[in-house]
Amino acid sequence: MSEVLIVAEHAESHVSKPAFELLTLARRLGDPVAVIFGQTEDTVAKALGEYGATRVLSVTDPAIDDYLVAPKAEALAQIADSMQPAAILITSTPEGKEVAGRLAVKLGSGLITDATEIAADGTTTQSVFAGNWTVRASVTHGAPIITIKPNAVTPEAAPTEPVMEQVAVTISDAAKTARVVNKEPKKSSARPELTEAAVVVSGGRGTGGDFAAVEELADVLGGAVGASRAAVDAGWYPYAYQIGQTGKTVAPQLYIAAGISGAIQHRAGMQTSKAIVAVNKDPEAPIFALADLGIVGDLHKVLPAVIEEIKKRKG
Amino acid sequence: MKIVVLAKHVPDATGERTFAADGTVDRASSDGLLSELDEYAVEQALQIADELDDVEVTVMTLGPDDAADAIKRALQMGASAAIHIIDDAVHGSDALATSAILAEAIKKVGPDLVICGMASTDGTMGVVPVMIAERLSWPAATLGATLSVADDQVTIRRDDDVASLTIEVSLPAIVSVTDQSGEARYPSMRGILAAKKKPVESWTLADLDIEPSSVGLNAAWSKVLQTSARPGKEPGRVVEDEDGVPALIDFLAAGKYI
Repeated sequence: MSEVLIVAEHAESHVSKPAFELLTLARRLGDPVAVIFGQTEDTVAKALGEYGATRVLSVTDPAIDDYLVAPKAEALAQIADSMQPAAILITSTPEGKEVAGRLAVKLGSGLITDATEIAADGTTTQSVFAGNWTVRASVTHGAPIITIKPNAVTPEAAPTEPVMEQVAVTISDAAKTARVVNKEPKKSSARPELTEAAVVVSGGRGTGGDFAAVEELADVLGGAVGASRAAVDAGWYPYAYQIGQTGKTVAPQLYIAAGISGAIQHRAGMQTSKAIVAVNKDPEAPIFALADLGIVGDLHKVLPAVIEEIKKRKG
Repeated sequence: MKIVVLAKHVPDATGERTFAADGTVDRASSDGLLSELDEYAVEQALQIADELDDVEVTVMTLGPDDAADAIKRALQMGASAAIHIIDDAVHGSDALATSAILAEAIKKVGPDLVICGMASTDGTMGVVPVMIAERLSWPAATLGATLSVADDQVTIRRDDDVASLTIEVSLPAIVSVTDQSGEARYPSMRGILAAKKKPVESWTLADLDIEPSSVGLNAAWSKVLQTSARPGKEPGRVVEDEDGVPALIDFLAAGKYI
C-alpha cells in the first residue's frame, strides 16, 4: 500500500487533535506517515501510533522556527521527493494552508484547501460560499495536497507501533528570508480550544463590550468563548477568538450567539453548528433564520437569568 | 518606491452566490465588487504612500471585463495606476495558474513591494501570495495585522493561536495583510473624479509570454465534480423576553447540557 504524508501539529509533547483527524482520513488513502517539526518525544510517536501512523518523521532544523513557512515547505518537498506519497494532508490553519500552497508549486501538485471530508478515491468535500454550498472535487495532477478543516471529522483509533526516524533536510538560503525576529507567546486560556469545544458561546455588538455574561455562560456549560468580527474590531475581545470568514470556523454541538446579528461573514464561521441558539434584541436579525431557538430580548437580562437557573439546578 | 497591490473582483458576499455549469464561480448572475479583504491591502499601500516620498501604487487585477470595477474602486481610493490582465483563456484557472500569471506580470512591472489581501472572499484559499513568492523566490511576510516599511525593510506582526510573531523581510518582497490591519478608506468625491483620468493598461497572456493552454479550466490541477446548494434550514422556535429564559433552560436540558 502506498504511503500518505501528514503534518502532525503538536505543542511540545502534546499532539493536537487535528493530527489524529488527518491520520483518520489518511488511512482511507494509504499508510499514514506523520511529519513532526521539532524534537520528537516517544510520547508523541506513541500518540500518533494510536491513530495509525506507521512511521513518524522528525525534522529538527533550526531554520524552521527562525523563518516563516518556507522552510517547512522545503522540508516537506524533500521528504515527498524521497517517498513519493499518494497524497499529502495538512491541517487548514493559516500556516498550514501557506505551507500547502508553497508545496504545491514545488512539487507540481494540485491543491485543495479547507476540505471537510476525503473519500477513499481521493474525492474531497468542501463547504463554500459561507457554508451555503457543498463542493466535491479532486486533484488531477501530481500527489494531491489537501488541507483539512480542524474538527471536521471524528478521530478513530487504529493502534500501530510506529517507526521513529530523524530526517535530515537541507534548507536553502531562499527559504530563509522571512525572519521571525520576535515571538510573544499568548496567554493560554483554561477554557476548551475554540475549534474543538462541544459548546461555544459568542458575543457580538450587542454585548456593548461587556463579555462577562458570555464568559460565565460558557463556563457553566463547559464551553469556549467566541466573538463576532464587530466585537473584535471594537477591541472588546481578542482576534484569536473571532468566528467567521476571517477568523475561526466552528461546528460545535451547541452554538449560542449573544448580541450577534448574523452577517454573512459570521455565518461562514458557524453555520454548520449542530444546534444554534440566538439571543438578540432585534427581531429582524438574520441570525434568527439559522437558530433552532431564537430569543428576542436583551442578552444582559436573559444570560444572567439563565446562568442563575443553571447554577441553582447544579446546586 | 513602486508598490503593486493585487486586487480581485468577486461576487458580492451579501448576495446570492452560485456556480456556473462548468463548476466555476458564476460571475454573471450576481453583482461583483473589489474583494473586501483586498481593500485592506489598498489601504496599507496608500498609507505607505502618505508617509513616504515618491511612492507609486499600481493596482493589478486578473479577471474578465467586470474586473474593471475592482480597479475603479482602488483608483478611487487613491491608487495611481492600474493593470488589468484580461484574456479569455484565463477562465477557470486554479490558484497555481493564477499565481503563475501574476508572478509574470509582477516581474514585468518590477515593483519593490507587492501587497495582497489575506484571501479572496470567494475562493478563500489564501495561498496565492505565497505561491507568487515561491515562483519569484521573493521573501514573503504574510497575514500581517500591522505593516510598516523603513529602509528597504518590511516588518509585520502576525498573530497565530499561540503567539504573536514579528516578521522582517528585505525588499523586494510580497506581503499580505489581514482585516485587522486597519479600516480601509472610503473614496472621496475628489478621488472618484480623479480616478477617471488615471492610466489603466490592459495586458493579455501574450504580453506575458504565457502559453494560453497552460492556464484555464482544462489546465487546472484540480477538478470540481459536483456543486450543490446546502438545503435551507427549517425555521426554529422564536420566543420573546421573559419566555426566553425558561425556553433556553428547557433547550439546554433537552440537549443534556445541564
